[in-house]
Amino acid sequence: MSASESRDGFVVFDGVQKSYDGETLVVKDLNLSVGRGEFLTMLGPSGSGKTTCLMMLAGFETATHGEILLDGRPINSVPPHKRGIGMVFQNYALFPHMTVGENLSFPLEVRGMGKSDREKKIMRALDMVQMGAFANRRPAQLSGGQQQRIALARALVFEPELVLMDEPLGALDKQLREHMQFEITRLAHDLGITTVYVTHDQTEALTMSDNVAVFDDGRIQQLDPPDVLYEAPRNSFVAQFIGENNTLDGVIKEIRGETCIVELDGGEVIDAKPVNVNKVGERTTVSIRPERVESNKDRLGAHAHTIKAEVKEFIYMGDVFRTRLKVAGNENFIMKTRNAPDQVRHKPGDMIEIGWMPTDCRALDHA
Amino acid sequence: MSQADATLTAPPPARREKLVTADGTPLRRALERANRRRKLTALALVAPLLAFILIFFAFPIAQMMWRSVDNPQIVNALPRTLQALETWDGQGIPDEPVFAALHADMLEDLDRPRREQAIGPLGIRLNYELSAARSAISRTSRDVPNFEAPFSDAFTDAHRLWGQPELWRIIKREGRPLTASYYVAALDREYDEAGNIVQRDENRRIYVSLFGRTLALSLAITFMTFALGFPIAYFLANLPMRYANLLMIAVLLPFWTSLLVRTSAWIVLLQQQGVINELLVNIGLISDGNRLNMIYNQTGTIIAMTHILLPFMVLPLYSVMRTIPVTYTRAAKSLGATPWTAFRRVYFPQTLPGIGAGGVLVFIISIGYYITPALVGGQSGRMISNEIARHIQQSLNWGLAAALGTMLLVGVLVLYWLYNRLVGADSLKLG
Repeated sequence: MSASESRDGFVVFDGVQKSYDGETLVVKDLNLSVGRGEFLTMLGPSGSGKTTCLMMLAGFETATHGEILLDGRPINSVPPHKRGIGMVFQNYALFPHMTVGENLSFPLEVRGMGKSDREKKIMRALDMVQMGAFANRRPAQLSGGQQQRIALARALVFEPELVLMDEPLGALDKQLREHMQFEITRLAHDLGITTVYVTHDQTEALTMSDNVAVFDDGRIQQLDPPDVLYEAPRNSFVAQFIGENNTLDGVIKEIRGETCIVELDGGEVIDAKPVNVNKVGERTTVSIRPERVESNKDRLGAHAHTIKAEVKEFIYMGDVFRTRLKVAGNENFIMKTRNAPDQVRHKPGDMIEIGWMPTDCRALDHA
Repeated sequence: MSQADATLTAPPPARREKLVTADGTPLRRALERANRRRKLTALALVAPLLAFILIFFAFPIAQMMWRSVDNPQIVNALPRTLQALETWDGQGIPDEPVFAALHADMLEDLDRPRREQAIGPLGIRLNYELSAARSAISRTSRDVPNFEAPFSDAFTDAHRLWGQPELWRIIKREGRPLTASYYVAALDREYDEAGNIVQRDENRRIYVSLFGRTLALSLAITFMTFALGFPIAYFLANLPMRYANLLMIAVLLPFWTSLLVRTSAWIVLLQQQGVINELLVNIGLISDGNRLNMIYNQTGTIIAMTHILLPFMVLPLYSVMRTIPVTYTRAAKSLGATPWTAFRRVYFPQTLPGIGAGGVLVFIISIGYYITPALVGGQSGRMISNEIARHIQQSLNWGLAAALGTMLLVGVLVLYWLYNRLVGADSLKLG
């Protein structure tokens, strides 16, 4: 489980624990290493400890136990203003009594930078987020998206090597959010800065990050690149949390290397890929992504496993069809098929046969 | 074709038609009609308070301001005398016709029913300007029926003041329905023999320095409430709501205790034989002969009033601080500011609306405060309102009291105007 015991990352959490009340741990034994220039996202439901981790890294919370290292240097006792970490806050935290220019000037002034240097850097930072014409506006005169850009520019203007972002796009509408996702990743890569990004939005995490750490219950459940996270979830929490997921409960009958045989609660027996199941007789939750389920026999491979299903609902979504099925007792089994000329549009009540490749069917711990 | 397009896309802006509703009434009138009912309801809801304010606030203030210039007494009592005095040059004693007119005025007044007699008010009015005038008038008026010509001798025999040009100058000067003399007195000034306004003798100047002291004390009290209230408000604003509400009760507790009780408690604490002095003497910090004078002077006024007015500073400050999210300070620190810089440049400026509101509130309340300075202020801790009260209750010079009150009111309005110009009243936040 420990993603990285090594202490050679740019940001390292080494056995960090955090408790607010002395009775419960909000963060339980966190080990994490972020490489230089990496874009790491901490993803998890609210209360999973991700924001606490970010606040400990920024210096606003102290670790109850363990050590946090920045560029090889322990920073547990370094106050926040000496850490030199840029931060973008959830509600931007632009100083309302200062203009945009003064907001950007602030981090440079407290560093004692001269006026002409300051102005140069402010203009460069504003141009970077395409807000060059707004230096004399007050934050209240800007739209949400513009404020977001200014907050980003302010966190970058003093050229920190590490930038933290705490759900920075949460207050924006969908379209703007998608646009900003792209801009933030572009900026982070262009400037080569290390970014630790906190979000509860899995799309954001998948599209932006080099690596995603999925948090739950104060622990990192899985730390992997987005594609691995999606296609090979390590446990049923990750499988459920990332993307859409069908689950079937059952018992392990046999494990043979890369495959195992599962007897579902409905009596059907299927093949699956054992991921974190250990012994015969154990209860398991089998996970299958909806887009890996197919009802068209021509499209199924030779080794596909087939099973009977009853169509409960058919939803036309344009590019895809969503068919809700009853499979092995589960009434919420979703099949997602691409809108192609040869694709069948099922009607509720149809009895059909569906199938999937055993390799796409992952036997995970019982949720 | 292209011309037609141009007119279609850009109609001349001046030729906009008047909008009408479906049945042809102008839209504006229809809107007014639709809103009238709501306006009437609003007016009906406000009416009781409006009437109350008009009757018990606006009207008395207007009355007070009128009183500060109203001057009917001499005009009512001595119409003939004033007419005869018109030709007098103000030097020496007036001629016999003036005294004859005075005699006629006084005789006529004695014939009037007692309630309508104007001689009494005349004596009081003249006494404000010249201290023996009242007895001169009352003594003379008793003898007037027995006077015989030449009246100038009869009057000067009856009371020596009639032989002094000063009295005549006052009668001539104040023989007008409106006067500035109350304001002249309120500014520590008087009329000299030539009728010019000059400063009073140094030992008779009271009000200007009293205004100055009132201003200084109010500023000191405002500053003290700020210095004590700011940390409390900051502490409360950063507590969890549960505890903050509990401690807020402690802040508001003074409001629930009688003002008189609180002020008396300060007397118990601060007097020469009081708790604090006894304690200091007993632990040997001061000797028995050097007990501190903490009450019946300015110190007493400042201490007691700071205590009383503290909630007025804490409440607006607290309500403003509550709305400042902790992320601002955090953002400042993450940008490299030390905690002190973050406080000074990011947190503090955002509390200014609260400081302004609290400051204006405390300052305006304290500048007109009466009871506490009266009880614990002694001589040096008295404020202008105590002097106003004295003129209303004891010296009964209501004109002067009204002039002082009007000046206080105007002064407060000017200060408020200044504040509005410098800071902006719309930035006030009272909670």
